[in-house]
Amino acid sequence: MAEVAEAAPSTLDPRLTALRRVAIVPALNEQESIARVIDEIRAFDPGLEIVVVDDGSVDRTAAVAEQKGARVVRLPYNLGIGGSVQTGFRYAFDNGFRLAVRLDGDGQHDASELGKLLEPVLNDEADIAVGSRFLAPSAYRSSAPRRAGITILAKTVTMLVGRKVTDPTSGFQALNRHAIALFAADYPHDIPEVEAVLLTHKHRLRMIEVPVEMRERAGGRSSIGSLFAVYYMVKVLLALFVGLFRKNVTPLEDVQ
Amino acid sequence: MTPLAVSIVAAIASVGLLLVVLDLIRRRRLRERYALLWLATGVVLLVLAIWRSGLNTIAAWVGVTGYPPAVLFAVAVLFILLVLLDYSTVISKLADQNTVLAQRIGLLEQRLREATRD
Repeated sequence: MAEVAEAAPSTLDPRLTALRRVAIVPALNEQESIARVIDEIRAFDPGLEIVVVDDGSVDRTAAVAEQKGARVVRLPYNLGIGGSVQTGFRYAFDNGFRLAVRLDGDGQHDASELGKLLEPVLNDEADIAVGSRFLAPSAYRSSAPRRAGITILAKTVTMLVGRKVTDPTSGFQALNRHAIALFAADYPHDIPEVEAVLLTHKHRLRMIEVPVEMRERAGGRSSIGSLFAVYYMVKVLLALFVGLFRKNVTPLEDVQ
Repeated sequence: MTPLAVSIVAAIASVGLLLVVLDLIRRRRLRERYALLWLATGVVLLVLAIWRSGLNTIAAWVGVTGYPPAVLFAVAVLFILLVLLDYSTVISKLADQNTVLAQRIGLLEQRLREATRD
C-alpha cells in the first residue's frame, strides 16, 4: 500500500483514496490559524480538496488560504456559520464529491483525528460522523456556563431523537453524499449543528458520534459571546421544538 | 355612545390612510401585495367610524360598556399587529433568499476566478 502515491501517507484507507473528497473549512477572520489548518489537512490526506468558505472576513483570511492553494469561496457578506457551511456543502454537491469532512478555520479541530471520523462513514455504518469531546475522557476544557449550555442542549436533543447525543454543537464532521445532498438543500441558520442533528434524524440519516480530542482555539474569537449565548440557547430550543413539526425539504438529487 | 367628534376624526384618519396607501401604489412605491392589509385596515376602521350604532353594538357584545371608541382602538391595534407579523414573514423570506444569493455569488465568483486564473 505504501506506493499508492508518494505524498499520501501509507496509513490512508484505500476506500478513502478511491473517493472524491473535500474538506470544508468555514472561516471568519482566521488569518492567524487558517494556514496551519490547511497544512494539517494536507498532512492527513493530500488528496482532500480544501474549500475555505470565507464568511465576510475583514482580515487576510482569504488571501492566506489562496496562497496556500486552497479553493476559496468568498461570501459577499457575513452569513453566519450555518450559511457559510452550507455554501461548502453546495460546492461539494455541485462538484460531485462523494465524501466531505468539515473542520473549523480556527484550528480547534485536529485534522490528524479525521481518520476516526471517516471510519464509520467508509464502513457505511453512518451517513454522518460527528466528533464528540464528551464521549470519552478528554483533555478539553471549557467554561462552566458553556458546559452547562451544551449539557442542556445535549439532553434535549437526546430526548428528541431518542439516541444518546453528547456533543450536539460539534462542527467536526465527516459526511457521505446522502448527507451532503441533504445539507446542500436544507441547513439551519446561525449556529446550525444542534438543529442539524434533528434534521438528520427526521430524514432518517444515520448519525454516529465518535470520541475525538479538540484543541483550544488557536487564534481569533469564538463566535459565541455570553449574552449571545443566552439568545442562542432560546433560539435553538425554539427551533428544535418547532422543528419537530416542520415539513421536510427534499434533499438535492443527482441528475444522471 | 361614541362622541361625534371621535367618529369624525376617526373617519378622516381612515380616509387619509386609504388615500396615502392608494397614492403609494399609484406611484409604484408600494406593491399591491403589501398594500392589501393596509387597505383592509383603512376600510374596516372607516366603516367602524361612520357606522356609529354598529360600533356601539359591537362594543356591547365584547363587554365594553363605558366607552365604545375603545373598540376602534382595539381593532386598529389588531390590524397593526397583523401587518407587523406579515412583515416579519416577509423579512424572513427575504433573508432566506439573500442567503441563497450570497452563496451562489460566492460559488460563482470562485468558479470565475478559477476559470480566468491563467
